[in-house]
Amino acid sequence: MLNLFPYDAKVDFFGKRYYAYALSLVLLVVSIVSLSTKGINMGLDFTGGVVIEVGYSKAADLEAIRAVLKKNEFPEAVVQYFGSSESVMIRLPPAKTGNQNQLADHVLSVLKTEDAGVTMRRVEYVGPAVGKELFNSGGLAMLVVLAGLLIFVSLRYQLKMATGAVLTLSHDLIMVFGFISITGIEFNLTVLAAYLALAGYSINDMIVVFDRMRENFRKIRKGSEIEIMNISVNQTMSRTVITALTTFLSVLALYVFGGESLHGFALTLLVGIVLGTFSSIYVASSLSLDLGLKRRDLLKITDKEKLVDHAP
Amino acid sequence: MNRYPWWKNLLIVLVLFFALFYALPNIYGENPALQISKRNAVMDQAAIDKAVTALKAANITVKSAGIEDKDGLIQFDSTDAQLKAVNVVREALGEDYPVALNLAPAAPRWMLNLGAKPMYLGLDLRGGVHFLMQIDMQAAIKTALERRVDGMRGDLREANIRYISADVDNGTQIALRFPDAAARDAAITALTGKYPELVFAKDERNAQPYFTAQFTDAGALAERKAAVDQNITTLRNRVNELGVAEPLIQQQGDDRIVVELPGIQDTVRAKEIIGATATLEFRLVSGTPTDWMDAQQSGRTPPDARLYHEKNGQPVLLKRQVIVTGDRITGASSGFDQRSGSPAVFVNLDGQGARRMADITGQNIGKQMGVVFIEHRSETKMVNDKPVKEKKVIEQVINVATIQDQLANRFQITGLDSPNEARDLALLLRAGALRAPMDIVEERTVGPSLGAQNIQAGVNASILGFALVAVFMLFYYRVFGVTAVVALGVNLVLIVAVLSLLQATLTLPGIAGMVLTLGIAVDANVLINERIREELRNGLTPQAAIKAGYERAFATIIDSHITTLLAAVVLFGLGAGPVKGFAVTLIIGISASLFTAIMVTRALVNLIYGRRLRLTHISI
Repeated sequence: MLNLFPYDAKVDFFGKRYYAYALSLVLLVVSIVSLSTKGINMGLDFTGGVVIEVGYSKAADLEAIRAVLKKNEFPEAVVQYFGSSESVMIRLPPAKTGNQNQLADHVLSVLKTEDAGVTMRRVEYVGPAVGKELFNSGGLAMLVVLAGLLIFVSLRYQLKMATGAVLTLSHDLIMVFGFISITGIEFNLTVLAAYLALAGYSINDMIVVFDRMRENFRKIRKGSEIEIMNISVNQTMSRTVITALTTFLSVLALYVFGGESLHGFALTLLVGIVLGTFSSIYVASSLSLDLGLKRRDLLKITDKEKLVDHAP
Repeated sequence: MNRYPWWKNLLIVLVLFFALFYALPNIYGENPALQISKRNAVMDQAAIDKAVTALKAANITVKSAGIEDKDGLIQFDSTDAQLKAVNVVREALGEDYPVALNLAPAAPRWMLNLGAKPMYLGLDLRGGVHFLMQIDMQAAIKTALERRVDGMRGDLREANIRYISADVDNGTQIALRFPDAAARDAAITALTGKYPELVFAKDERNAQPYFTAQFTDAGALAERKAAVDQNITTLRNRVNELGVAEPLIQQQGDDRIVVELPGIQDTVRAKEIIGATATLEFRLVSGTPTDWMDAQQSGRTPPDARLYHEKNGQPVLLKRQVIVTGDRITGASSGFDQRSGSPAVFVNLDGQGARRMADITGQNIGKQMGVVFIEHRSETKMVNDKPVKEKKVIEQVINVATIQDQLANRFQITGLDSPNEARDLALLLRAGALRAPMDIVEERTVGPSLGAQNIQAGVNASILGFALVAVFMLFYYRVFGVTAVVALGVNLVLIVAVLSLLQATLTLPGIAGMVLTLGIAVDANVLINERIREELRNGLTPQAAIKAGYERAFATIIDSHITTLLAAVVLFGLGAGPVKGFAVTLIIGISASLFTAIMVTRALVNLIYGRRLRLTHISI
């Protein structure tokens, strides 16, 4: 039997939880500092504007492209390679004058003067109003997911656990935002999708641990809260690590082969999985413990009655 | 003893059979094809034969040709052949047969008849254009009011009520000015009841008697709805004229329309045709060229006329009263004027339009008539970093000609610059005018090469993802790993089958959702297997451990899957385009994994170990 994590381990996770808190705090501060100073590189979906991806038959000369664009009234164009040196991405802010949706066609015709062999691979134009709407609906989606998870966990488990879970989730999500900010990943609709999928994944992870805690609180009548929680985390450790590993592996495949347009998506998930695993082991349960979770919170009503009956 | 009742095994076999059947068309793939329809008629076999003969003459190999679902379909072996063939077929069949590039499923006929089709690929995978168009509702209301002003002028003339002016005020209401209060009150009596969608109100401006009319809330709502409906109809006609297979044209929200055109190559022309608001008006000319110059210089025009300009800037006075507007045009084709050889558009009018045209031209033989080309353009400018829309109406007189004869339902218009201009104008007139101008507020175009590249990336990522997860599971859980990997394979087939059956759009983020599902789906098996190991350590016999493992892990699996599903459902509900595709595959994948990871693996485990009475060791 192959075991990543020894089954009889009795690691005292909760005794050492203050180290975990300290680590969390440092990462949170770093994230928040980066978010407030550097901010997030908002993608076209949310800011509006034009993105054009063009293909060349040989390695493209970025300087020449920049020069020709500058000469032809596009001085604000951001020109960079996209995935390979034959593929170039040009990003323009919303136009100051003229017809917005013809901007891309103009840029293409300008590029054709520099190299006739250039091919259009992708054009995206998002009007400023639509960008704002997409941003708002994205924000709304995030709130609805958080609220839904809070309700679900408090119904199925316990309010202190739910509070712990949502705090942990916010903690994970702030850190992922921090990561997106520090690395400068373009935050677009696809990355938002990864982000929300992470919320589901992260809660999923916590639930497995919570589920075992509830079972153990009912089954093991002796032992302090900390002891039982330690047992539970030790028992679910293998599963947490293995699932994180399989999910990590599949997302790694996306990162390697998924192409440039899924890079941000895959990278966000990879980091999020690692963070989610750490926090479901440590932060979520520790927080519920420090929020005052007691054995009786998790016993069924009938069990509570029994407890009272047997009291001297 | 671990055995499944026979019906559970049967259920699994049945599900597996259906999944394989509906996933199979994806293996066959799709053939490049041409879709040919006949304008205003059912496609005929003779045209197909003609096209095939022309293709043979051009040395292009045809794979199959025939009529399917009312349209002609010619399939080819390669995209090269298809692209060469378009021009050949267009030339052979002429303007009456729109030809569109298409992909035809290569699966056998009987499978397609049973509803087994390949997955519907999104624009990011097959290439194409996505437009989101916003209807200018203010303009819609304004033109609706203008139509009613025209009607009111006629009504008042008929009732012999004198009025001084009748116009649309600042786009929201009609204002009529009268010489005295008696005329106004008579007008209100005459008009009341004829326009139930308007509310009338008496008004007084600078001691002049006026009355105003505005839309009721219901009237305005009906106008807005009519604007959306008619714009959708017009767009559909135009897209058909462009020759696009499987276009999607759909209302989104109150005032927006989504247009998706898969496989279109010339996006610039597509944009021009879709967004064009061009229409024509026919008006009688007023006065002589000297009057026109005077009007230009003094800025004063006769009360029944308006000053227009020709393309070269020459002023022309045309009567305010319109003979016929573009919406009376039922047909239009392009060609050349027989006498001068210049590009021309031949126009057909409907009955009412033809009658008016005949009446007015009959009374005015020897006089001149002008053809006005009208186009609405809106430009978005940034003023202080805020987008501000500016609307322009371009009205140009493209042709002034002397009426030689009484015109009826068919006549020609010249004065166009090029055959291309004539062709596009004919197309727009055929397809009908937009009721209200529209703006493109979002565009996403993916070239065909990038689409193919995205598919390849998706397939590669799926294969690698599956391989990595499979190797790990086999290595870690041995026989129980085998069952998990088989279940994972079934899961993948199920996702493909459900996507094919629902014809839900598969996008690149959708494929990402599939790959992510691979990782998450084995979670259920990890939970079960870890539980079985634990029960074995607690001293249970292998058979009892299997039973306990599956049973105890069940509740946890349900709880943990629900949370991921919850996030996916919200994504689906609130997400736009690419996010929706991701959510769809995630929802299908996670739901399917509940079946595969629990039932399919259990059936396999039961098959392998379930019957052995004295099982002492299991490979987990």
